[in-house]
Amino acid sequence: MNMELSRRQFLRTAGAGIAGTSLGALGFGGVEEAVASAIRPFKLVNTTEVRNTCTYCSVACGILIFSKGDLKKGEKATITHIEGDVDHPTNRGTLCPKGAALLDIVHSKQRLNYPMMRKAGSDTFERVSWDAALDKIARVLKDDRDKNLVTKNNDGVTVNRWTTTGFLAASATTNETAWCTYKVVRSAGMVVFDNQARV
Amino acid sequence: MTNSWTDIKNTDLVVIMGGNAAEAHPCGFKWVTEAKATRGAKLVVVDPRFTRSAAVADYYAPIRQGSDIAFLLGVINYCMLNDKVQWEYVKAFTNAAYLVKDGFTYQEGLFTGYDEQKRDYNRSTWDYQIGADGYAMVDDTLQNPRCVWNLLKEHVALYTPDMVSRITGTPKDKFLKVCEMIAETSSPTKTMTSMYALGWTQHSKGSQNIRCMAMLQLILGNIGVRGGGMNALRGHSNIQGLTDIGLMSNLIPGYMSLPTEREPDFATYMSTRGFKPLRPNQMSYWQNYKKFFVSFQKAMWGAAATPENNFAYDYLPKLDVPAYDILRAFELMNQGKMNAYVCQGFNPLQAFPNKAKLASALSKLKLLVIMDPLETETARFWENHGIYNDVDPTKIQTEVIQLPTTCFAEDEGGLVNSGRWMQWHWPAGSPPGEAKTDVWIMSQIHLRLKDLYRKEGGANPDPILNLTWNYKDTHEPTAAELAKEMNGYVLTDVADPNDPTKKLLEAGKQVATFGVLRDDGSTACGNWIYSGSYTEAGNMMARRDNSDPDDTGAFLKWSFAWPANRRIIYNRASADINGKPWDETRKLLWWDGAKWTGYDVPDIAPTAKPQDVGPFIMNPEGVSRLFARGMMRDGPFPVHYEPFESPVANVIAPKIRGNPVARVFKDDFTQFAEVASKEFPYAATSYRLTEHFHYWTKNNQVNAVLQPEFFVEISEQLAKEKGISNAGWAKVSSKRGSVLAKVYVTKRIRPLTVDGKTVHIVGIPIHWGFVGAARKGFTANVLTPFVGDANIETPEFKAFCVNIEPTTGPVA
Amino acid sequence: MFPPAPNPPITPVPERFGDKDLIRRSASTITPASPRQTEVAKLIDVSKCIGCKACQAACLEWNNLHEEVGTFNGSYTNPPDLTANSLTLMRFTEWVNPQTDNLEWLIRKDGCMHCEDPGCLKACPAPGAIVQYSNGIVDFIHDACIGCGYCVKGCPFNIPRISKVDNKAYKCTLCSDRVAVGQWPACAKACPTQAIAFGTKDEMKKWADGRITDLKSRGYQNAGLYDPPGVGGTHVMYVLQHADQPEIYAGLPKNPTISPIVELWKGATKYFGFAVIGFAAVAGVFHHMVAGPNKVSAEDEENAEKLAGGERS
Repeated sequence: MNMELSRRQFLRTAGAGIAGTSLGALGFGGVEEAVASAIRPFKLVNTTEVRNTCTYCSVACGILIFSKGDLKKGEKATITHIEGDVDHPTNRGTLCPKGAALLDIVHSKQRLNYPMMRKAGSDTFERVSWDAALDKIARVLKDDRDKNLVTKNNDGVTVNRWTTTGFLAASATTNETAWCTYKVVRSAGMVVFDNQARV
Repeated sequence: MTNSWTDIKNTDLVVIMGGNAAEAHPCGFKWVTEAKATRGAKLVVVDPRFTRSAAVADYYAPIRQGSDIAFLLGVINYCMLNDKVQWEYVKAFTNAAYLVKDGFTYQEGLFTGYDEQKRDYNRSTWDYQIGADGYAMVDDTLQNPRCVWNLLKEHVALYTPDMVSRITGTPKDKFLKVCEMIAETSSPTKTMTSMYALGWTQHSKGSQNIRCMAMLQLILGNIGVRGGGMNALRGHSNIQGLTDIGLMSNLIPGYMSLPTEREPDFATYMSTRGFKPLRPNQMSYWQNYKKFFVSFQKAMWGAAATPENNFAYDYLPKLDVPAYDILRAFELMNQGKMNAYVCQGFNPLQAFPNKAKLASALSKLKLLVIMDPLETETARFWENHGIYNDVDPTKIQTEVIQLPTTCFAEDEGGLVNSGRWMQWHWPAGSPPGEAKTDVWIMSQIHLRLKDLYRKEGGANPDPILNLTWNYKDTHEPTAAELAKEMNGYVLTDVADPNDPTKKLLEAGKQVATFGVLRDDGSTACGNWIYSGSYTEAGNMMARRDNSDPDDTGAFLKWSFAWPANRRIIYNRASADINGKPWDETRKLLWWDGAKWTGYDVPDIAPTAKPQDVGPFIMNPEGVSRLFARGMMRDGPFPVHYEPFESPVANVIAPKIRGNPVARVFKDDFTQFAEVASKEFPYAATSYRLTEHFHYWTKNNQVNAVLQPEFFVEISEQLAKEKGISNAGWAKVSSKRGSVLAKVYVTKRIRPLTVDGKTVHIVGIPIHWGFVGAARKGFTANVLTPFVGDANIETPEFKAFCVNIEPTTGPVA
Repeated sequence: MFPPAPNPPITPVPERFGDKDLIRRSASTITPASPRQTEVAKLIDVSKCIGCKACQAACLEWNNLHEEVGTFNGSYTNPPDLTANSLTLMRFTEWVNPQTDNLEWLIRKDGCMHCEDPGCLKACPAPGAIVQYSNGIVDFIHDACIGCGYCVKGCPFNIPRISKVDNKAYKCTLCSDRVAVGQWPACAKACPTQAIAFGTKDEMKKWADGRITDLKSRGYQNAGLYDPPGVGGTHVMYVLQHADQPEIYAGLPKNPTISPIVELWKGATKYFGFAVIGFAAVAGVFHHMVAGPNKVSAEDEENAEKLAGGERS
């Protein structure tokens, strides 16, 4: 089947091919004289390089992220390319098919841009402000905790356990995010708490 | 991982079983190809499917999913019968010689103390005989019939090559060839590495799969040495870190545990955490538990944690069940016992078993909060996507708030890789739209809650009001501030007892190591095992010196590895009882007459005499355990149990269904296919493909191109039997639901003969859903059973039963 | 491990080769650059390949190519063929070794071989649309390409593809932009197991020797290097476990040569000039301009069969 496809392509364009030859023969030159360089300018020139770690598996390959603009200088930075870091002991510059396409996930069409809310029974998300979203979350959590926190069990033991609200943590976030999350969740007495390591 | 990715180059034999490293961890697998190219190492792959790892293996043996323990106990039996044992290692560094209590027995699949009603054991007999001196009794001659070695020998005798082949479907000659290759590494100068992942964990006896290989590695003397070890490949980029920091219902950072309600006060809590040595001279490092625990409480609640209130012991919730794991969470949700749920960068509708149950559970919540950089199916569980998510939004009352977060390229911080390297990274791009960091979002939630409690009061507000929050910008702590908290710091000066004019510790300084943490409240430490990662000398995780003296693969100056920058744990076991390396060409640590020296940070005190202190310092025995005592819920030795859904009955214990102590919720039991079901006759397994990462990369154009559409894999034989053609459509059903899929008819899957019966395998990749750049498709978890491992509740995704029938494609 | 190139530069660096280094130019007579640069080569070690497609991903990303999302076609080979955007492709073959009855999953990275004697360049009628540098890289210059597809016909490996968007021919450039600043091609850099390595042709041949010795020690008696003499050798070479049967690797030609038709046609254009065939084709040109691209007829298929049959062994 592969061969067939390529032959079809060839035939479909045969007319144009001969046209080219004929154009040359008929003196509509120009093509012949054009001295176009085949070699593209190296696209990483004048970009900013930042060292990072691949977000996928735990091999944790070193990556170089190239951007237009420099966050360190307070500029807005747009990421233009990502490739492996040759200096990294584990991956030595290599990347797998996911890592080699990291640029795509940074700029995925499915990236979320704004807080959204879906009301009960609705068939759509609607944009909300950060304040509205966060106030709502804090209110629901507070009310649920006040109502359902088990401070003492039937034996009178202080247990301070909150089981009606749960938290499922990410496992591609940083340690620091994890620690911040742990503090907030655990200080509230939440025990329905788990992370991706479970699966 | 006990070792590191770069250390794999030092091995002689790689065994990939319970994983598929080439496919799931290609850049780590590089070190397998290096070992092959530079040392002539061999690669063995044991898997139900001929995987990408098998494509470059020296030897491949098929196995039926869910029968790994039978295979591995068979290998142990082979090694014991053929004297392929690293005897010096086994005698010095394992509990082979320890005597077990007389009451302990094993019979027809069960150990002493089983309670069928509770699906649990009374484990009191699963322990050592303790002598008058308070220490465990041993028989160094291994003659006593009650010593671990003899009990193990008896336990594995059943698993003969014929029996192994009968259970696993692995042809006997192939099983024996693998035995021979593995057994060669019992030589002190040969080593083997075990690379495994979800192929072992995602079973109702996942923990015992891994334990079984660990036992084999100990018998062969392959733990603690270069090129050896038990190497869990691990999944997400910081799955190790999230576990280290204890983001689980029952954990406190650094593998400490939350109190249960049977521990009403701090003294009771500590009474089971004293970890007195079980043999003379042993370090039993958990003796320091109180120092780590008190320092953790001080990191959480600072001045509010005082000796008078037992360092705020009651601020911690106390558990009434072993754990509120994911499966229990969704069970409670489905029973209407939960009101709100927050998913941070996690897509449970795709990632957990039995999608129908999950969707029903989510529909009973009042509020679902999603924090994610990407669209997920969970965030849109209420949205109708035809056959792929056939729901009626008007009937779902759950409110959903979806919050956009930054991704890896836009944030700063540390991630822990499989080899425990903590690597720092820096932000490179501006976040899209109004996306915010998770730290900012969590801070807003906390600050708002605190504000509400201040204004309104409410239930037990103190743990929230008094939570340490000393950040320059309280709305968004920096990564460095949070990292420093985890490393630990000094709260009050501690004078040197030998010279009171000197300070041992100075208030306000970062601690250099967990060795200086104290139980009197003078130090604070968020996660003791991370001590040393952010010290007065700076951020050790950001180190980028990739020098590697003598090319050992250690890279001690690259980032920071917990604990204490150690790259191979149990590394003292790389040398014999006198401290002489087992293999001069592969030496790691050695005793120079006065101290331990070498290429790694010693696992034991540098001056601990080799004959005195055992290498397994976290165990009160100082040695490793071939017999697990009461540490595992399902037995001190592994036993072959069938998956809950199996095409055959358990040959060695026909009355036992699944793992006898695995927790099964009532309604779920009715949703399992019966053993050897005619309705669901085929052995199914779910898995990942190299082109995709879970449910993320279906959002990428490039990865969607590389593997665009959901499919299942079957053998040519089954295809012929069912009249299914390659690239044709089929309906795959389990007792929990059905999916439509394209079919790949492949030579890489072959039927197996199990207990005289032909067993066909259906392979089901997991990566598709109803949002993303790839074609819409079903998730494999429509089919999978809602049951987890007996010890850690990881769902049994790897072995269940289905039917498959040819059909026409979905109606567009 | 073959030492990889250092991390890429982000400040301007002089290009190591360019137009001054041409040794061939399609439909043109040029004086080959002298002295010749050291020849480069990419070595694809099929025995180390895990079929992960990192090379495909890296190629799409580096070259800013957009491929369409296809369907599952009964194979891991995705897309099912090379396209004007997919310049490299892993081709998967499930092969049962008749001698051992063992399954071998043969995975070959397909793409331009950068022949020393490039059939595409020889077949190309557009002056300067295909060039060859003295380091061995064969590159397409799209500004000069007329989309005739003769390169496809001329290629003994069936590699170039014509874009449906701009009707120009596309194939792997060996990442000439990267090689020009001392970098490895994107595919080679990404390859996790270094099944793709890059260096001078001599280095790669030596490296291949070591690999072949290792394979022979593991029982692959016919392991060998694929550097076919029929096209003067290639600047993309394979290490094959079964070098005596290259065709089992998704139809890798055993003795690739440039089609005699191409040689004949090139001879004709050289001696009789474009006018001879130009006049004959004028009608066709107008037909194409007015009616657009031809539909494929049964007759076309038959002609294609003849043409292609001559190229592939």
